Amino acid sequence: MAEVHDPLLIGGERLASRLILGSGGFDHLDALARALAESGADLVTVAVRRVDSAPEGLHRTIADAGARVLPNTAGCHTAREAVATARLAREALGTDWIKLEVIGDRHTLLPDAVELVDAAETLVGEGFTVLPYTTDDPVLARRLEDAGCAAVMPLGSPIGSGLGIRNPHAILLLREAVEVPVVLDAGIGTASDAALAMELGCDAVLAATAVSRAREPARMARALALAVRAGRDAFLAGRAPRLHHARASTSDEGLPELAGPR
Amino acid sequence: MTVRLNGRERDLPAGATVEDAVRLLGVARREPGVAAAVDGDVVPRQAWARTRLREGATVEVVRAAAGG
Repeated sequence: MAEVHDPLLIGGERLASRLILGSGGFDHLDALARALAESGADLVTVAVRRVDSAPEGLHRTIADAGARVLPNTAGCHTAREAVATARLAREALGTDWIKLEVIGDRHTLLPDAVELVDAAETLVGEGFTVLPYTTDDPVLARRLEDAGCAAVMPLGSPIGSGLGIRNPHAILLLREAVEVPVVLDAGIGTASDAALAMELGCDAVLAATAVSRAREPARMARALALAVRAGRDAFLAGRAPRLHHARASTSDEGLPELAGPR
Repeated sequence: MTVRLNGRERDLPAGATVEDAVRLLGVARREPGVAAAVDGDVVPRQAWARTRLREGATVEVVRAAAGG
């Protein structure tokens, strides 16, 4: 593989793109394919559903784009359901990577922390590479890291809400609390949200609704890819400090006296 | 016998296998990316043809869907 600049190191893999695309919200495979191409994403999440409700071809569309599938346990509310779904996903898609979602509330789609940790421990024990969707609580993130998760994926705001990062300070605190990759997942609405996530020190961003429900999904996918790269470079560059007062960017030395005699 | 296949009660001949149930749902023989579980336990693809279903079994056959 050609040398990749600033690769994302996650789950033992090196990925060129720090934007992960969710397939949720795409009605047609060709719309997903176009958005995927513009996004440059190496990883695309998919759900696992009964064949009667899931037309064939999604897996192949993703593979044709040169990306990998990341199955998730969307729709699961208990550890038991999530573990069973993960095992099915592994069998169907031939990967032991799993985005672990265990939802505790149907309105907010916030995770059930207790079930989430339980499921994570079980799945890590079965050899899965677990990427848990979690809250912005650093204590919970550390528990998930201690359980052996390959990353933590805190939400910026509720899934599909497009409200961006509601509590940037919490994301900063979470970033400081763990050493595994941090993937901002849920609530990304537009490019600036993605750039902010990366400026806060996140290693990657996952977006689904921001792309699939944009008026022009492929264009938004491109915007997000650029934003993730911009935010990452800004983070690596080390920003100028925020100051309470002004600090002139031009020195007074050599300032000519041009006011003339009074 | 009656089994619950993807949420619906279906009649299958006695001795029907997981393979038979998967075929009944219209999944092509060589189609990749499909998995099946019986009563919550994954049945690996290579075991579909030799895993017989019992009366009242719950069978789920899944593939990747847009989501997440």
